[in-house]
Amino acid sequence: MDDVITVSIWRGRSEGRYVTYEVPRLDSQTVLDVVTYVQRQVDPTLSYRFACRVGVCGSCAMTVNGRPRWTCRTHVSKVAADNRLEIGPLANLPVVKDLATDMTEFFEKWQRAKGVFSPTATRNDTVAQIRPDAAARVAVDKAIECINCGVCYAACDSVRWNPDYLGPAALNRAWTLVNDERDANNGERLAAVAANGGCHSCHTHQSCEQHCPQAINPTASIAGLKRRTIGAFLRGEMK
Amino acid sequence: MSSLAQNQHNAAYRGDLFWIAAMIHRISGLLLACFLPLHFLALGLAIEGEATFDGFLKWTQQPLVKLAETGLVFLLAVHLFGGIRVLVIENLAWRPGQKRMASLAVGTAAVIAAIFILRLL
Repeated sequence: MDDVITVSIWRGRSEGRYVTYEVPRLDSQTVLDVVTYVQRQVDPTLSYRFACRVGVCGSCAMTVNGRPRWTCRTHVSKVAADNRLEIGPLANLPVVKDLATDMTEFFEKWQRAKGVFSPTATRNDTVAQIRPDAAARVAVDKAIECINCGVCYAACDSVRWNPDYLGPAALNRAWTLVNDERDANNGERLAAVAANGGCHSCHTHQSCEQHCPQAINPTASIAGLKRRTIGAFLRGEMK
Repeated sequence: MSSLAQNQHNAAYRGDLFWIAAMIHRISGLLLACFLPLHFLALGLAIEGEATFDGFLKWTQQPLVKLAETGLVFLLAVHLFGGIRVLVIENLAWRPGQKRMASLAVGTAAVIAAIFILRLL
């Protein structure tokens, strides 16, 4: 292992440049550790976003050597090529400054996909019993583990080509609710995800599946939505 | 100062197997669409008369045309199997071994094109 690693970090907004820093190399160092070192020891004006540092909150995703990744759980040893790292903001999102992106549109698309739970019961009813082995529950076993990091959104060609496209994360969220037997809003939800820019805009490149740090398969969730919406259309439940 | 769009290397996933599979599917479709007018032209010649069509069929016996035809067979096969792969993903329950399926689609198309050219030799 070398003593230092050469790191290029994007500085600026949509206009800017990559600035190179030398960072001491440590055992088990993560990409987030590298960014934190630069901010704390070299240039305190570097902006980036993180919270939990343990892969739960989903706020530290960045583009590392050309791929979107959760930086807190990405070891430098795994991704550094020739002892170099290039760290940029997530793609397909506006840059606020340096490595921090504006996630507004990303979450607005969750709303557009009807990613909000709408209950069939009230707080006065008994708690619903969902069998762990029920088919609908098994179908979303992985999908419910989404941490909203935006990695899939940044890796998606369909998002890049069609700014209207809801993206893998929002559609994956819709898929979890479509399979939630406690939810009352699936008619509207299916119509929302079948509209322009919805699940049928997915080209099945499977980049979301390949990059999801939680090993979720949004491609499968979106395929599920495609089947569900076509079924609803054929049964005349949807215009 | 320059723009992020020009500077950022954010497409390392291009070159991943699934991405290549998607591109092969798309490009083979485009090339097949380009070939279609030629196909209809050939069929049109059959209406014009036996001699014209026979002349055309003779032209197609040239080695270079046969080679191009092999390419066409590959395009057709790879587009067909690539299409079946996507249909399986989108219409049936998810199954593991997706990379194997993508490789199999290209491999089978290559074998079919190879058989086609071997039968000509």
